[in-house]
Formats: sequence, structure tokens, C-alpha cells
Amino acid sequence: MIIYLLLSETHAGSNGEDKMDDRLPYNEIIDVCLLAGKIMLQNGAETSRVEDTMVRIAAAFGCGESHSFSTPTGIIFSLDGMHPASKLIRVSQRSTDLHKVTLVNSISRSISNKEMSPEEAYIRLKQIEKAGMGYPMWVQVFAAFIASGCFLIMFQGQWSDFIWSCIAGAMGFSCLLYLHWLLEVRFFAEFIASLVVGLVAMFFVQIGVGSNLDTIIIGAVMPLVPGLLITNAARDLIAGHLVSGLSKGADAGLTALAIGAGISAAFVFL
Amino acid sequence: MIAQLITSFIASAAFGVIFNVPKNSLFQCGFVGMLGWILYFALVENEINSIIATLASAFIVAVISQYFAKRYKTPITIFNVSGIIPLVPGGLSYDAMKHFVGNDFYVAVQLAAKVFMLAGAIAMGLIFAEVMNQLVTKYNRRKVRLRS
Repeated sequence: MIIYLLLSETHAGSNGEDKMDDRLPYNEIIDVCLLAGKIMLQNGAETSRVEDTMVRIAAAFGCGESHSFSTPTGIIFSLDGMHPASKLIRVSQRSTDLHKVTLVNSISRSISNKEMSPEEAYIRLKQIEKAGMGYPMWVQVFAAFIASGCFLIMFQGQWSDFIWSCIAGAMGFSCLLYLHWLLEVRFFAEFIASLVVGLVAMFFVQIGVGSNLDTIIIGAVMPLVPGLLITNAARDLIAGHLVSGLSKGADAGLTALAIGAGISAAFVFL
Repeated sequence: MIAQLITSFIASAAFGVIFNVPKNSLFQCGFVGMLGWILYFALVENEINSIIATLASAFIVAVISQYFAKRYKTPITIFNVSGIIPLVPGGLSYDAMKHFVGNDFYVAVQLAAKVFMLAGAIAMGLIFAEVMNQLVTKYNRRKVRLRS
């Protein structure tokens, strides 16, 4: 409600005072908007949030009429009014870092509250873009380790298999991280990671320490599941962003297929 | 049941770490995931169809995520993702895959169809929650407007 009021106020303001319009730093505003959108899109925000944030930042800086079109691979942003201008930005690398999304979100909130100038916002956004916000590698692998074991219990596995599922899950996940860093082809990384999960689980069952192969594999494969893609695809489709929703859905489907293929390939070795 | 509560909490929070969720939101992530999973688990234990159970838990997860997102002023995705993860039909898709590999296509296609139904149920749960959220905000906005 407050934001709605703000939007309508700034809009009225920019229409009423055309003289002021000339002094607005249009290029900087576009740069700030695009940078904010780029960081969000690269780190796993849903499309509607990206577009909404960009339009709101522009409105807070006094450009009431702006348009943003974003797909998973690029953003087009344009300002209307006295000085129409458009810019395109290409997003080629995507990862998952929701902390950065949260930070950009709070910056956009303080811009909306008029607490930040375009230059200041740009510097802050650049800092966020460069910073390595994520948890350290070993913490992530440890999280995958614990999650695998917990999923084993949730899927009615035995406690005696707990540690084996943990180890298989951690090995699969570290394999995924390594291959993501090494290769450009994401699906191949997921394929190999789930193959490793399957082989490690089979090894444990073969040497007699693990008892139930199925539950060990299901638990250990869970850290590879493209959960963020699935939820984002659903949310984008709900919000009517058909292009992004469908392409993210296809991405999630392909990832799931790669994981399935990896596990099936492991069964061939059995 | 207690083991389920604890493991689902830890698993959801661990997924938060994998997705690089901010540290101070991890607890809420675990909580959302735990609630969704326990609802699902209890419904399935009482022999309710797993599709309905998934739909109901996805709905609850999304509603609580919306509450948390408003309360802590963070993007809703953070809570949604961790809550949805336990509901993903990993076991069923594994079974389907196993039957595909074993050339048992009749069973495999049946299982795959069920996986699609469950995935659809998750999406429908999210949609219902979103619709309800919009209705509530519209209603509140109208009340504010009438007062002023």
C-alpha cells in the first residue's frame, strides 16, 4: 500500500515538474536498475521480482514510466518520458546465492524510501556483485552430507544406513561443485554427480555395510534436486511470465532427466 | 515421529545452506520445511491420497512462507524453496527410473504419471496460496480505502 502510494506520488511528481526531469541522471539510473536486475537474475530470483525491483528503483529515482523485460538469459530495460533510452544486458552465468538476492532486495527497499542516491546505490550494488557471499565450500558439502542422511530417515530408511547415505550424498555434491567449476555444460555435471552417488551407494551395499540400496540412493541424490528451479518455474508461470516459466521448467526437467540418467547408468554397472 | 520432525528440520535448513540463504533465515527455513513435511507425513500415515497430502502441505508451506517474507522483509523464495524440497517426489521418480532401466515400461509409465501429478500438486498448492494472498491484500486495501 505504501509502495503503491509512493509509486503514484513519484509518478505525479515527474509529470508535474518537467523542468526537473532534465537534471535526472538517466544513464546512471538505467545502470543501477540493470545492475540490480542482473545480480538478482544471476543468483536465482524469480522473474517477477527482478522486473518489479527494476521498475520500483526507477520510480523511486523519479522515472515514473519504465519497462523491464527479463528472461533467464537477459534483461531489456527502457525508460520512457522526456529522454527515452533502452539498454540490454546479457546474463550468461547463473548460480544460486539467495543471500545476494536478499541484499539487493533491501537496497531496493531503501532506495524506495529515498535513503540512497543513484551513485551510492551503484557502489553498493557493485560491492554485492563482487563479494563472495556464499557459505564456504566445506560448509556446503557438509550441508549436503547431513541433508542426505536426513532424507534417508524421512524416506523410511534405517538408521544403520544413515552414515553411508551421508557419504554418498557428500561425494555426489562435491563432484557436482567441482564439475560446475570445471565445465560449462551443467547437465553433464549433474549426470556425473548422480552416477557417482549411484556407484558409491552400490559399493557400500556390495561390501555389506549398507543394507537398503534404494533408500541410500534416494537420500543421497536429494542434494542434487533442482529445487530452486522448480519453485521459480512454478512462481513465474503463476505470475504470467510465460517465457521465463517455461524455460526454467525445461531447465528443471532436463536437470531431473540428467540425474535420472546418471542413476540408470550406475545400474548398468550393477 | 520425533525423528521425522528433527530430520526434516535439519534437512530443510541444510538445503538453505546449499542455496546460500542468509544465516539469520536458516532457522525459519528449517521450520517451514518441518511443518510441511510433518503435515504430509501425518496425512499419508492416515491413508490419505499422497496427491492431496502434497497439495495441502505445499499450500501450508506457501502460506507460512508468505507470512515469514512479510515479517522478516526477505524474498519469499528463500522460505518457499526450503519448504518445498521435502515434498519433491524423489522416491517415486527413483522407482520410475529403476523400472525404465529394467525394461518394465508398464509400471514405469504409471509411476512417471504419478510423479507428474505430484509435481502438479506442488504447483497447485503454491498457486492456491498466491491467490489467497492476493485476495487478502485486495480485501485489506479496500478496507483501508473505505476508512480513508
